[in-house]
Amino acid sequence: MQTDDLNHKKINVLYFASLADEAGRDEEVLSIGDDDLTAIFHQLSQKYHFSLSIDDIAVAVNHEFSDWNAVIADGDTVAFIPPVAGG
Amino acid sequence: MSKVHQGSSIITLTEDDAYQTAMVDGFALLDRAIDDRRLKQALLNGSCGALATFEGWVRNHNNARVVTHLTYYGYEKLAINQGKKLIESAKQQFDIEHAVAMHRIGALGIGDMAVWIGVTAHHRYPAFEACRWLLDAIKADIPVWKQEFYADSDESLWLSNNG
Repeated sequence: MQTDDLNHKKINVLYFASLADEAGRDEEVLSIGDDDLTAIFHQLSQKYHFSLSIDDIAVAVNHEFSDWNAVIADGDTVAFIPPVAGG
Repeated sequence: MSKVHQGSSIITLTEDDAYQTAMVDGFALLDRAIDDRRLKQALLNGSCGALATFEGWVRNHNNARVVTHLTYYGYEKLAINQGKKLIESAKQQFDIEHAVAMHRIGALGIGDMAVWIGVTAHHRYPAFEACRWLLDAIKADIPVWKQEFYADSDESLWLSNNG
């Protein structure tokens, strides 16, 4: 059984504000294994040297705010939300 | 404007659809000047004795620094979804008839309107209270970001409403 293939999910990741500046992009497709949202953010933070810590960030899945324990499915859109400044 | 932010400085809805979304679901982003007269059309109601509105304007200073201009960016789909929840929550908490709000994104100058909120109610106090609650909730929750540019530096800053 090809468990590797079964565990291979692709997600679309969106970046905004300082996260987009530091990542040098506003979206990308990532292949993830069984990583949860926290692990994905930590990996991206290491890669792009985000100045904001995970405590400053909210997360959205498929255009709705989510908690960090949400289970991610293949094809989901995940957005990391820096502190907002509307109004 | 940096290329990485192009997508979040414009909306994907047409202007008409953005107004329609705000008028029906309660909230939308717009990437040009907000026409509050149009939003008010959604609020006209013979049973209401009160309309409380709030306009947020771009200010020429932030603490001691002179602000020359700024750019707002937004995550449109999440903003619409979250805005709808905030409007529904306001309707549950306060004795109001309807509430509509819109936030502008893109490059704004001093004095431009960044946000408009209108709340109707039979009586004035719930209208005032819901309008204030909605503004605070929009500032806390809606995924909009502000990049400020200053007279004393070439470096811009990403602002945060959380201090």
